[in-house]
Amino acid sequence: MRYLPLTQTDREAMLGVIGAKSVDDLFVDVPEAARLDGPVHGLPNHASELAVERHMSALARKNLAAGDVPFFLGAGAYRHHVPASVDHIIQRGEFLTAYTPYQPEIAQGTLQVMFEFQTQVARLLGCDVANASMYDGSTACWEAIVMARRVTRRGKAILSGGLHPHYVSVANTMAKFTGDQLVTALPTLSPEPDTLDLINQIDDATSCVVVQYPDILGRIEDMSALAEACHAKKALLIAVVTEPVALGAIRSPGEMGADIVVGEGQSLGVGLQFGGPYVGLFACSEKLVRQMPGRLCGETVDAEGKRGFVLTLSTREQHIRREKATSNICTSSVLCALAMSAHMTLLGEMGLRQLAEINHVSASAAADRLAEVDGVELVTDRFFNEFTIRLSKEARPVVRALADKGILAGVSLGRLYPDAPELANGLIVAVTETTTEEDVETLASALEEALA
Amino acid sequence: MSINQSGWRPTTPQAGESNGDTFTGNRALMLEEALIFEIGSTQTTGVDFGEAPSGKSRLDGLERTNTIGLPGLSEPEAVRHYTRLSRQNYAIDLGLFPLGSCTMKHNPRLNERMARLPGFADLHPLTPVDSCQGAFEVIHQLAHWLVTLTGMHSVAMSPKAGAHGELCGVLAIRAALDAKSEESRKVLLVPESAHGTNPATAAFAGFTVEDIPATEAGRVNLRALKERLGPDVAGVMITNPNTCGLFEPDMREISDAVHAAGGYVYCDGANFNAIVGRVRPGDLGIDAMHINLHKTFSTPHGGGGPGSGPVVFSEALTPYAPLPFVEKQGEQFVLVEEETAGEHHASSFGRMVAFHGQMGMFTRALTYILSHGADGLRQVAEDSVLNANYILRSMEDVLDAPFAKSGPCMHEAIFSDKGLPEGISTIDIAKGLIDEGFHPMTVYFPLVVHGAMLVEPTETESKATLDQFIGAFRSVAARARNGDPTVKTAPHHAPRRRLDETLAARKPVLVWKEPIRAEAAE
Repeated sequence: MRYLPLTQTDREAMLGVIGAKSVDDLFVDVPEAARLDGPVHGLPNHASELAVERHMSALARKNLAAGDVPFFLGAGAYRHHVPASVDHIIQRGEFLTAYTPYQPEIAQGTLQVMFEFQTQVARLLGCDVANASMYDGSTACWEAIVMARRVTRRGKAILSGGLHPHYVSVANTMAKFTGDQLVTALPTLSPEPDTLDLINQIDDATSCVVVQYPDILGRIEDMSALAEACHAKKALLIAVVTEPVALGAIRSPGEMGADIVVGEGQSLGVGLQFGGPYVGLFACSEKLVRQMPGRLCGETVDAEGKRGFVLTLSTREQHIRREKATSNICTSSVLCALAMSAHMTLLGEMGLRQLAEINHVSASAAADRLAEVDGVELVTDRFFNEFTIRLSKEARPVVRALADKGILAGVSLGRLYPDAPELANGLIVAVTETTTEEDVETLASALEEALA
Repeated sequence: MSINQSGWRPTTPQAGESNGDTFTGNRALMLEEALIFEIGSTQTTGVDFGEAPSGKSRLDGLERTNTIGLPGLSEPEAVRHYTRLSRQNYAIDLGLFPLGSCTMKHNPRLNERMARLPGFADLHPLTPVDSCQGAFEVIHQLAHWLVTLTGMHSVAMSPKAGAHGELCGVLAIRAALDAKSEESRKVLLVPESAHGTNPATAAFAGFTVEDIPATEAGRVNLRALKERLGPDVAGVMITNPNTCGLFEPDMREISDAVHAAGGYVYCDGANFNAIVGRVRPGDLGIDAMHINLHKTFSTPHGGGGPGSGPVVFSEALTPYAPLPFVEKQGEQFVLVEEETAGEHHASSFGRMVAFHGQMGMFTRALTYILSHGADGLRQVAEDSVLNANYILRSMEDVLDAPFAKSGPCMHEAIFSDKGLPEGISTIDIAKGLIDEGFHPMTVYFPLVVHGAMLVEPTETESKATLDQFIGAFRSVAARARNGDPTVKTAPHHAPRRRLDETLAARKPVLVWKEPIRAEAAE
């Protein structure tokens, strides 16, 4: 077996040192009744590298990869071109196969990356500080709500209808157990998000208002007034960003007064990966830092006065405070954070702005083209690289029919909101730098046919 | 020269200025590397774009007007930056990484190649279900292996990491109790040897946590546990093999007692690699257990994540498991989500993550599992236990081994700082090992052992490597016992000497800021 270096001779010699007759003697603490006398039944034995590769490749071929077809899916996960060197960097064995940097003297590589990532994320989101990543955007969003409860000592969170329904769903699940009160709403197929409704609902029991930017329908709106309304009632504004590339073109949530900004960093460096692993972003203002969940890296000096980095403020964490910890999170998404950070470093400010510009104008042009199709109406008029159209018929079957023709047309609102017939005709279309004009033309023609 | 906001010198090479014993601060192949903020510029990019297509702006007043402050590097600069940084990391590809309770074993590159197949890597989570049947089949096959190996009834694949899996497990317990109108059961019993995530998870899910003491032999105190059971107890969270590296021989009795008292048994499965293929947790009466794919099934942990923590459930808890689920209906794989949940999942506690979990980790884990097969996985457990016992018996004469007399250990061996001279402690031994070219073991964990050193060699280490490690470990221990003062100041040969963690926590510097000019500061 290729991953196991011990020879039979080694094993016997080692048993001799241990003073055991056989390896079974090492399992004496396992009750007789629970011991298996041979390999588990019903599973195959080991296989060669070639055989495994064939098996996995055959499974992969059963899927329709995004890059092989005209592709317009977004809604929380985006397809961008990732420079080849990003994957090269994360496959460096010293990054890929390192563990959590518990011994900082020999983990400065990972730690410096975490510190650089924290700085990049804080700047991008417009906040003072950021942590070194969370599992993903949806769990980061719930952690932010919990943090707002801790900070304000209030238990009512108001979630915008524009928040990704899966994020709402995760929050609903958790709130059932923790007793948090959530106020939720469905989005409406209108050009403007529900900001006024949100403002009207803020009261003295409100811990936070959670808005997504751009929202699930692709809409963007200035949240300064909402931030003011929150602060007037001593509640926090939490902004959720699922498409960080947008922040190369539009104002950051921090700038508009958000107290906590969380997000999904998948879009930069990570790839679609069928939903994970992704990278959760979490940033906030300086005064809230000790309430922040997750892992943090801080700058310090070594015994010779040289700058170095360590994991810090771990007194907030589970391995010190146990049941009093700010969160139970132990692992983060450091390798994905490295991918995101390296992609941001390759882009730089100039590159990110160009990338954002290309995304925006391509999406804008695609929206115009699709709006020409009979039976298509553009719902959103202010957006970044994703917009919503209303079809003259239910979108979900249209998406399925187009997929059969090898066109991945977008995410139907029917899939995201199965219980809301009023949204059933909505289709979310994402356009990035990977989308060609031919792709848009193919989609437009296919929609024309499907809606005729 | 410039100083940063906290007042110490940056390591950016400064022209004409000596930095340590060389001009640059570098030492041959050991290269210092400044931060991207110090070497990059907002005018530099490592990515070329074509012409932006023509189209109108629809940002309408929300255009970003300020500078973000993101420095860029050209591609060669970026590759060099990260390559240099990587060389300041210890990694399993470089040598033994004996972190007990963490499990760091060889990461096969076949796993990486398979995870990068476009059919897996370039697949959107909301792609229509007919166009991702192969991905669902991966999830389904992996689920089948996990259920079969553990002897359990079902598995929830979506938890993102071990602690997220714990949360999944205890939420299912809560949901099951609520379904029986047993809301009053609010206490989760957590042995004091448990991972810190266990009590944190229980609290995060709304439970009250009560400790159960350990016996002198490093096991759960069965009598204390039984005495505490009652109508307010929801269940127990237990780690088996436990964090002292020992199998809980009373596991079945613990499970039976908890069940008889109306509670459920959660098992922290972080150490499943010690028993995989030899013991099925289902046979021990466990109701829920997470499996760290990055530990037992070798998906790389990338400097602290991502992880992946599927949770296996007993029949009793299966109806409460989270959605979504992948199921095979005839020849078709379907995704059971909230709206499609039939009777079988009607009582599910809901969704706990946006999409399907760590698909990229599933492909890696399945690749690893198929490579090993049922026979190989059994050998994994045997060799990991053999290697740990070999270290235990090779070290017990030079280091205190608190449970050595209790019999064999499982996949990890525990030592303590007892008997070391005043002023020399576990951390010094760890730092001494760094100079010897080894990553240290886990230190000061578990808390039940004073000055704990938890050593987990794993099964992918050869006898030659173990012998070299034992030689180094014995040498450092001997120097520590002899009061050799250099042990106190180790490491001497690492990229950094001991780092001031207290300073970092007292005056947190978490993001880089423009340095203040030295002359201005003076």
